Amino acid sequence: MIVELGHFSLILALGLAFSLALLPAVGVYQRQPRLMQMAGSLSAGLFVFLLLSFACLAYAFWNDDFSVAYVARNSNSALPLQYKMSAIWGAHEGSFLLWTLIMGGWTLAVSIFSRGLTLDMRARVLAILGALTIGFILFLLLTSNPFDRTLPVFPADGADLNPLLQDFGLIVHPPMLYMGYVGMAVPFAFAIATLTTGRLDAAWARWSRPWTNVAWAFLTVGITLGSWWAYYELGWGGWWFWDAVENASFMPWLIGTALVHSLAVTEKRGVFKSWTVLLAIFAFSFSLLGAFIVRSGVLTSVHAFAVDPERGMFILGFLVLVIGGSLLLYAIKVSGIKSEAGFDWTSRETMVLVNNLLLVTATGAVLLGTLYPLIYEAMTDGKKISVGPPYFNAVFVPLMLLLFAAMAVSPTSRWKKTPIAFFTQQWRPMLASVLIVGALVFFLGSSFSGVVVLVDAMALWIVINLVRDFWSKVANKVQKIPSLFRQSMSYYGMLLGHVGIAVTMIGVCTTVYYTQEKDLRMAPGDVVSLAGYEFRFNEMRKVEGPNYIADQAEIEVLEQGVRQTVLFPEKRFYAASRNVMTEADIDPSLFRDLYVALGEPIGGDAWAVRVHYKPFVRWIWFGGLLIALGGFTTILDRRYRAVKQARQTSAAASVSSNPASSAAV
Amino acid sequence: MSDANHDVRTDSSDRSVATNGGVNKSLLIPLAVFVGLVMILAVGFNLEDPHFLPSELIDQQFPEFSLNELNAPQRIVTHKDIKGQVALVNVWATWCPNCLIEHPELMRISREEGLPLYGINYNDESVKARQWLVRHNNPFQFNIVDDQGKLGIDLGVYGAPETFVLDANGVIQYRHVGPVTRRVWEETLRPVVDLLLSQASQSSTVMEG
Repeated sequence: MIVELGHFSLILALGLAFSLALLPAVGVYQRQPRLMQMAGSLSAGLFVFLLLSFACLAYAFWNDDFSVAYVARNSNSALPLQYKMSAIWGAHEGSFLLWTLIMGGWTLAVSIFSRGLTLDMRARVLAILGALTIGFILFLLLTSNPFDRTLPVFPADGADLNPLLQDFGLIVHPPMLYMGYVGMAVPFAFAIATLTTGRLDAAWARWSRPWTNVAWAFLTVGITLGSWWAYYELGWGGWWFWDAVENASFMPWLIGTALVHSLAVTEKRGVFKSWTVLLAIFAFSFSLLGAFIVRSGVLTSVHAFAVDPERGMFILGFLVLVIGGSLLLYAIKVSGIKSEAGFDWTSRETMVLVNNLLLVTATGAVLLGTLYPLIYEAMTDGKKISVGPPYFNAVFVPLMLLLFAAMAVSPTSRWKKTPIAFFTQQWRPMLASVLIVGALVFFLGSSFSGVVVLVDAMALWIVINLVRDFWSKVANKVQKIPSLFRQSMSYYGMLLGHVGIAVTMIGVCTTVYYTQEKDLRMAPGDVVSLAGYEFRFNEMRKVEGPNYIADQAEIEVLEQGVRQTVLFPEKRFYAASRNVMTEADIDPSLFRDLYVALGEPIGGDAWAVRVHYKPFVRWIWFGGLLIALGGFTTILDRRYRAVKQARQTSAAASVSSNPASSAAV
Repeated sequence: MSDANHDVRTDSSDRSVATNGGVNKSLLIPLAVFVGLVMILAVGFNLEDPHFLPSELIDQQFPEFSLNELNAPQRIVTHKDIKGQVALVNVWATWCPNCLIEHPELMRISREEGLPLYGINYNDESVKARQWLVRHNNPFQFNIVDDQGKLGIDLGVYGAPETFVLDANGVIQYRHVGPVTRRVWEETLRPVVDLLLSQASQSSTVMEG
């Protein structure tokens, strides 16, 4: 009954989404403020019914209702409660319901926090979000209904959640990622709404900036969590694999990064308007493309799960409609728009343009690498090929090095025109960085690597310039503390974000070049030494979890004879799904991780054991979180609140007097 | 107020006329790139779709084989043993999670549909496979042990589970890749089976006549 209620709520939500897409739009067309105002309550209703629907599915999981096919496939009565809840988004149908719910959440948030917009603009934006939601809900109802029953014959117990997903990282990773993916719909809606008015002014950049920054920050968190999860859960010690699913999330991030910067320039300087609109369309398009790649099965292994051609065709049709339509609208409406302000090639505008071009090129390269297997298969009549990390590293890394160079000088360069001397003087921080990094490598006695020195020195160069800039803004002033508060939150967000990138750069490069690992056969009593640590295999034992049994090794770690820690890697057997899983154990710290994973038993009491020493690996994710924090910080900027309040009062006044004139302002 | 509205509307329509007149060709580049991308995706999507039977297998005799039976290792089964009736041949393995998903439906088909169901235990360990059948029940008339995967290669098996529909002469009429769910049975397999059964009864009446 509850399950049918969930299904029914979803159908009602579809009706509300249709209303949200149509009524405010009709209101805009006929200039009827009452219809335009309905957007707010329709958004709220849409969210409530999506939430109800989601809650009903949660209830089915909580209640072990295995007559629901989706629950039967992804849950089990022995599954711990927190994983029963995260199993809601453990597979296709439920995760898309979460996606749609988050879409409803963003729509509601826009309707609440954009009261400062003109009535006309708010109605347009919400109508576009509503139209997108129609597509999402139809996709659920027509091809991926999580409420389908298996009546009358249903299994006594569920097949269990994929053990890989029975993990904290997978509880939080998809919601964060979807917040980012779906959040990109908001700047998209703003861009399309602006295009439909035909007035591409700088105001839309100011409106969509905070939304873009937040969505992008969520996406950053999502990707960071995914990388961290892959590292500790897959048992290979890798943290990025360039596989299709990762690329699907990375491409919108790269475009989103370009958009965040481009929007800042458009808002402040009024340039790049049409380019920024295009980026906003692209960012959301790549989110949808990612959804297509992941959910149609077009690029994943056919062995993993059944591929449903209906789903792929639906998403492809949706892509054509949404992206094709937007790009057509763009081509028609943007013609004739010119930037008001000119700028010199030494200006900060140029720097951001370089940033944008590099990021877009990088996205193109990742897209090509991701789709190349498909193109190849089509051209060669079915031969298969896979594009691996060598391609991506060869293309991506040089682009990023160029980007980092632009990043080092850009934040301290000036709008419109920067003195040439500023660039020629950069040799000083560059040289200082190289010397410091070189000295560190030398004194720590690490083996010398040109790439490590180069990348770490660039990271340091970025940080040095930021510190100098910050110093000049704060420390030179007479009143130091008040001037700290006088800097905008956007500025602090930028500082955090850029320092985050530097931290991640150092983490990536150091981990890649200084990781040490050994794969070996170990029996109880064996000792292996790696990077100055001794790993002693003490014993194997059987342990029992709620829904699995495991072989657990006890491995003692000693440094110069002193016991540092004891690690317990496991090989788990999940009874219901009959899957065997490697559960690595890690001793984390700021400067190095010790990572031990169990392979297969190799006769007698010996096991294949993989031991890693990974320096600075935490910095990768720590940097990612800093970047995200930077994104979140920018929305605290006073300007947005001030704008909101000012507009709120003017909007309130104009609604009561003359809505048409306020719309035309 | 209505006058003001009217002004606003003509203003915006003027604007769109003006812009329509001068569509900058370079602005169509993103759209063109996107169209190319969609074509790649559409083509790739059809390529990857494993639900269609490779044409070379349609209307072919089931490949010849002579392999052990899972639960009676001394017994040899051959392609002749699966002839005689319209039947389903299911490729399964203990390592395949989707085989477990389709298992209840296979049990139901063997119980209710009056159709012989033969299993090919594909690339698997026989000990585990026997335990699996004990634990989950055995819907199959018998199981062909294809531990080397040779029969699978002859059949062009993509990955377990796969289900083949054979007519009474042992000719492959349909192939389904992926788990057999209730929906798959109702919408794709059953129509094929019903058609074959009706053809078989027709031809037998013709012969009798």
